[in-house]
Amino acid sequence: MNRADDTLAVEIWKGGTDGRLAAFEVPLRANQTVLDVVTWVQRHRDPALAYRFACRVGMCGSCAMTVNGKPRWTCRTHVAKVAVERHLTIEPLRNLPVIKDLACDMTVFFEKWQAARGRFEGRTTRHDEVVQLAPDTPARVAIDAGIECINCAVCYAACDVVAWKPDYLGPAALNRAWTLQNDTRDAGQEARLAAVAGDAGCHNCHSLQGCVAHCPKALNPTAAIAGLKRAVFRAALSGDL
Amino acid sequence: MTHPHRNQPLWWAFALHRVSGLGLACFLPLHFLVLGSALNGDAALDGVLAWTESGPVKLAEMGLVFLLALHLLGGLRLLALEFLPWRDGQATLAALAGSVSLVFAFIFMFNVI
Repeated sequence: MNRADDTLAVEIWKGGTDGRLAAFEVPLRANQTVLDVVTWVQRHRDPALAYRFACRVGMCGSCAMTVNGKPRWTCRTHVAKVAVERHLTIEPLRNLPVIKDLACDMTVFFEKWQAARGRFEGRTTRHDEVVQLAPDTPARVAIDAGIECINCAVCYAACDVVAWKPDYLGPAALNRAWTLQNDTRDAGQEARLAAVAGDAGCHNCHSLQGCVAHCPKALNPTAAIAGLKRAVFRAALSGDL
Repeated sequence: MTHPHRNQPLWWAFALHRVSGLGLACFLPLHFLVLGSALNGDAALDGVLAWTESGPVKLAEMGLVFLLALHLLGGLRLLALEFLPWRDGQATLAALAGSVSLVFAFIFMFNVI
């Protein structure tokens, strides 16, 4: 294809699950992100293009898309790093139903977060002393390692086990469950361990580590899931599960 | 490549572990079949053993040793990953398992030639 040196050939998914790729030519700019490209297309070529973003600085986790076949946070992904011969293919995330264009239905992702009991369950009231979690204890170190998740679903889209077994809770929900299992203030650990030990739980993980390879926050859900597997194993041996 | 997200070392380690496991699962019944042929006298077994002396079969045996070593070492890596505290460098460990398996296969080859 002949095109000017200062343009980028972009193919963007249009429609629902049975949609197709539409081609656009986008001006190439210095320090341009993939989200900048999508926004340019919506503002100048296709006002009906559906996509999500909010913070644009890698905090909110809403702009994840599949870029040249890999799931990425588009607001922090520079075109210069991912374009192949000034070409980009931008599709919605895998493993989630497509609502329209680049916007996925995240419902199942957050439902699994709840199914893994990924919420803090306190046992104290505002009248009790604030509990101290010393930063150098192994439990706190384990929490710190996984707590920066922004719920972007990149790991969920990168996970082949989710693709092969759609019921699987997935790396993000299990990573969250692991941080709570290490939280000494949490009162829901027994029920949570039972939740992650089920058919859809941690033992489905084949340790392919696609989640680790693609997590934009450089978290390690595989290590968290391995921790859950050990906790389930110990509980099963001692008859607590 | 249809799925570029799979192009990372540990996905390939998974794929090789699965393929080597399937390969060994296919070999095992054949192995028992050959051993079982001794029940009908030594001629049948000796016939198969003579066939295994041929070059192509020796080469296939080298492949078998590779699959066995790869599945064993890869399996040990996975057991360590699941039962011991986490350690980084999983891709390096997987590559090490593959390399050591190749060394085993070549040692076997040099011993049988």
